[in-house]
Amino acid sequence: MSPIKEQQLPQPPSKLKPTLTLVLILLAIWLSAIKADVRISEFFLSFGNMWELIAQMFPPNWAYFDNIVVPMLETLRMAVVGTTIGAIISVPIALFSASNLIQTRWIHYPVRFVLNLIRTVPELLLAAIFVAIFGLGPLPGILAISLFSVGIIAKLTYESIEAIDKGPLEAMTAVGANKIQWIVFAVIPQVAAYFISYVLYTFEVNVRAAAILGLVGAGGIGLYYDHTLGFLEYDKTNMIIIFTLVVVLIIDYISTKLREKLL
Amino acid sequence: MSSTTIPTKPKKRVFLRWIVGILLAFIYIWAFSGVPMEGFKETAGQVSKAIMSGLFHPDWDYVYLPEGEDLLRGLLDTLAIAVLGTFISAFLCIPFAFWAANNMTKGVALTGVGKFMLSFIRTFPELVMALLFIKVVGPGSFAGVLALGLHSIGMLGKLFSEEIENIDLGPSEALTATGASRMQTLWFAVIPQVLPGFLSYTLYRFEINLRAATILGIIGAGGIGTPLIFALQSRDWERVGVILLGIIVMVSIVDVISGYLRKKVV
Repeated sequence: MSPIKEQQLPQPPSKLKPTLTLVLILLAIWLSAIKADVRISEFFLSFGNMWELIAQMFPPNWAYFDNIVVPMLETLRMAVVGTTIGAIISVPIALFSASNLIQTRWIHYPVRFVLNLIRTVPELLLAAIFVAIFGLGPLPGILAISLFSVGIIAKLTYESIEAIDKGPLEAMTAVGANKIQWIVFAVIPQVAAYFISYVLYTFEVNVRAAAILGLVGAGGIGLYYDHTLGFLEYDKTNMIIIFTLVVVLIIDYISTKLREKLL
Repeated sequence: MSSTTIPTKPKKRVFLRWIVGILLAFIYIWAFSGVPMEGFKETAGQVSKAIMSGLFHPDWDYVYLPEGEDLLRGLLDTLAIAVLGTFISAFLCIPFAFWAANNMTKGVALTGVGKFMLSFIRTFPELVMALLFIKVVGPGSFAGVLALGLHSIGMLGKLFSEEIENIDLGPSEALTATGASRMQTLWFAVIPQVLPGFLSYTLYRFEINLRAATILGIIGAGGIGTPLIFALQSRDWERVGVILLGIIVMVSIVDVISGYLRKKVV
């Protein structure tokens, strides 16, 4: 091969960067495995345990259904109330953090910062803290769900407020509308459908979350997971799991259908 | 101004709206009537004050203890659980994703089964999975890794399969025309197209898993949650404060880095 021909060929892109990335990822995984003390052999050794556990879960204890209807209703109640409170609080917060409504930076930057902070703390941690403050029961669960919902709903809503059509806003300013009229007649009609859709979506998330909040003592069905597993009553655990799955699937289905209709 | 010039409001399905309204009202009456209002403990104010002061005067000594269980080690453990859990699910979900993608699997029924399996896995709470795995492999990080790994398959598999459904079929047809085998088509036409999407979704799921990993310790599946629940139970608010700060800082840093990488990948 002559040197001239070699020059005409395009050089393949350097393989150094992808290789380095791959090495870094593998290193991260290897170090993680050491840190978390994970051994594949352990997994295969415990395979028998897993099979035993599954075998004990069947058949599910259908009679236990009567005992868990009330806690399941409590779970749903926590999700409904928590989401509603969160949604109501989100409205002013979303309006204040939308940069096209409030032009002063020192209002919406701090508000957004707080929203970001709320979203970094998982619901269960919030619930554990509220249980320490308010004691056992559904109340700390509702508060945790409310606070977490504010984090999600307010963020999604202010983003869609910022994306609205400016035309109606300018038209209203031109005819001399005040700030309240401006929001009621130009902003809300444009974002209402999105807002309701976000609330429904958050409700779906919250039903799943509420189902486990009981693990830290915050009411609902979650408490029963711990109890039945602790007393080795796996057939009852299985009943709770099946019931939770059915309820979550039904709510997801209804909520998805409603959201499709809204948008 | 005569009234005839005003256009009448659209009268669409008033009846349906009434039904929805009444249903909603019933749900709300039921939900709010059951909220216990006497649930406030007398100590609530005092405890919240203690938590606030704990948050503002964190126990900085806990950040690094030379002899063992400290904040940095707990956070590293949490990070390790999230990395491994994400890695496992990113691998395991690939066959599910191809199964659930309607342009890779022949027959609507088969695709439907794949999609159903994924949504079934998704609805299973990761904490319940962690509780089950604790029964199987004992308490510790390994149970957490398995729970996250299994639970994430549901969401990653769904996102991956949507990515596969969106690919351009031109390259794979061209390869088939030149006589490439099924494996070769997959390797040279499908994988290069879906890889950036896969990486981006994996990073996104990693962010979610990190948050989930911080709570696994509450039920005994490793990570920072364990010292947190102990600190909460022993009312050691300074320590609760420093752990919460640690979680917030770690999650925020990881979110920023991962967001930057995701923008670069896609």
